[in-house]
Amino acid sequence: MSASFERGVNSFREVMDAPIASFFSSCVHCGLCADACLFYTETGDPKYTPIYKLEPLKRLWRQEYTLLGKLASLAGLSKPITDAELAEWSELVYDSCTLCGRCTVACPVGNDITYMVRKMREGMAAAGHAPEGVIEATRKTIEQGSPMGIQLKAFLAQVKGQEEETGIEIPLDKAGVDYLVIMSSMEILGYPEYLGSLARIFKQAGLTWTVSSEAFEATNSGIQIGVSDIAREIVLRVVNAAEKLGVKYVISPECGHAFTALRWEGPNLIGRPYKFEVVHVLELLDQLRRAGKLKTVGKTDEPLTLHDPCQIVRRGGVVAEPRNLIRMVASDFREMEDSGMYNWCCGGGGGVSANHRAEELRFTVFKRKKRQIEGTGAVTMVTACANCRNVLEEGLERYHMDTKMIGLTELVAEHLKEDEQA
Amino acid sequence: MSDMELLLWARGPGLQGAVAVFVAGMALRLIEIYSLGRKRDLSPARPGNGGAGWATIITRSIPHKELLRTTYLTYILGYTFHIGLFVTLLLFAPHIQLFRGVLGFGWPSLPSPVVDAVALVSIAALFGMLAYRLYHPVKRFLTTFGDHAAWLLTMLPLLTGYLAFHHLLLPYTLMLAVHILSVELLLVFMPFTKLVHVATIFISRWYNGDMLGHKGARL
Repeated sequence: MSASFERGVNSFREVMDAPIASFFSSCVHCGLCADACLFYTETGDPKYTPIYKLEPLKRLWRQEYTLLGKLASLAGLSKPITDAELAEWSELVYDSCTLCGRCTVACPVGNDITYMVRKMREGMAAAGHAPEGVIEATRKTIEQGSPMGIQLKAFLAQVKGQEEETGIEIPLDKAGVDYLVIMSSMEILGYPEYLGSLARIFKQAGLTWTVSSEAFEATNSGIQIGVSDIAREIVLRVVNAAEKLGVKYVISPECGHAFTALRWEGPNLIGRPYKFEVVHVLELLDQLRRAGKLKTVGKTDEPLTLHDPCQIVRRGGVVAEPRNLIRMVASDFREMEDSGMYNWCCGGGGGVSANHRAEELRFTVFKRKKRQIEGTGAVTMVTACANCRNVLEEGLERYHMDTKMIGLTELVAEHLKEDEQA
Repeated sequence: MSDMELLLWARGPGLQGAVAVFVAGMALRLIEIYSLGRKRDLSPARPGNGGAGWATIITRSIPHKELLRTTYLTYILGYTFHIGLFVTLLLFAPHIQLFRGVLGFGWPSLPSPVVDAVALVSIAALFGMLAYRLYHPVKRFLTTFGDHAAWLLTMLPLLTGYLAFHHLLLPYTLMLAVHILSVELLLVFMPFTKLVHVATIFISRWYNGDMLGHKGARL
């Protein structure tokens, strides 16, 4: 894919739709979105105001999609967007936006700014202004099938490791089962115990499931960089494997953007609905809990808090489930200030954690999460996104905090009633 | 042209022309938006949130406490100004008379001294918004010529109405004419400035709520 300014501008034209036109029309420059964005609140720099991150897209809209703008252009009263400008905006669109969606729920006129940043990234990537780290992840996805360069061999080694750890066989490429389990790249590399936890939970609940040698990874860097062609290719890999195996459900892992990619963007990317359902692992676990198929013993007494992953909670609608599950196994659960729909991002979503250029900024904005964690007095922080977890662990280390971290599935599995099968 | 002739022009052809531009302009803006269309979302929606778009049109007016804490001044000024403007516009006896003349029906008014006080509060809030815009780093950073133009277009009818009611500055007839002309100016420019949000806010809030509701994250 050769990037050029013209391709970028054409992409801007392609994504322009009625919602975007209504959003730009409605903006009154009140600046409330800045107060909802941790990149502004933690730096105090007005350039990080969410709506400002869209300025080039807004100018193009005004110049080409409004009568007054067209007249102004004809009269030479408005200056066209330039490649240099897009280069300048790369930092705003990629480094200082995690697509967390907090501005979208704050905007009083109802602008879905996150939706627009996601769309704008399509043009930015086409114009060649995506950051190096995210381009690299995307290149690896194309060449090696994985943003982190994970090969099947590495995945199978983790599967074997978890089989040994749990003493439970993990089915591979088993057709006709109900559930297909996929993992985020981060889980495969750093948190394989997620898979072992699922094996134990599913054994107890009596579910039939499998992993696939053709689609084991859910992370979709195409979504983060804003290249729909690649995003489609990555989604199709999962769809093809799932439909070939004939599973009823694909379980989206503890990964925020994987869920967004597979659950919400996927059918639109491939242009048709799936022949299976996508269920987030927390939704499934909560269903099992309600059905009495998830049996735990004891509760941890230590104070414990939850970091809500943006794409799963605010932009995914999975709000009550993690809380139900935590309360099942913890006696001292403490909500953060601004939790749930209004939670603050870890600072590394939306491709920011893969973007080396943004690293210092990411640590700066982590101060918000630091204050939130400290406010709870919790010893352990639970989350349900491997990318959040990795970003949070790096932040905790940077600020010399000794908060422990655990994935929610893993936490539930720790309390699983042993030797009990449904 | 005498003051009375100006007033008669403003109330007659002036008003008709302004309303015509306003209606055509608004229609154009709506066509510009809706003609862009929207792709159908093929991902299965979470059940039970079909009305999320409509609900958000209402619910987005309620600031959430998390946001209110840091941005209360924007909300207080915004609310005060908007409520004041609507009370002045819709509950002042002479305005209702005008609406009755056009629509064929009217509604009860508030006592004039009450509307007078509300108008003054609304004017004060609008000045407060301008001061805040010039002072607040984010607002100042975002501000364009259009923001100031919109402020002036909104301020003029309130201010001239207040002056006319109190027989200040200009002879009453002339001030009344200026007041009506200022409303006409507002009507003419409304579709082509950010003031178009009087209509598009319903569209953008609907899309916002619909998209969030589709995913089950209703607010």
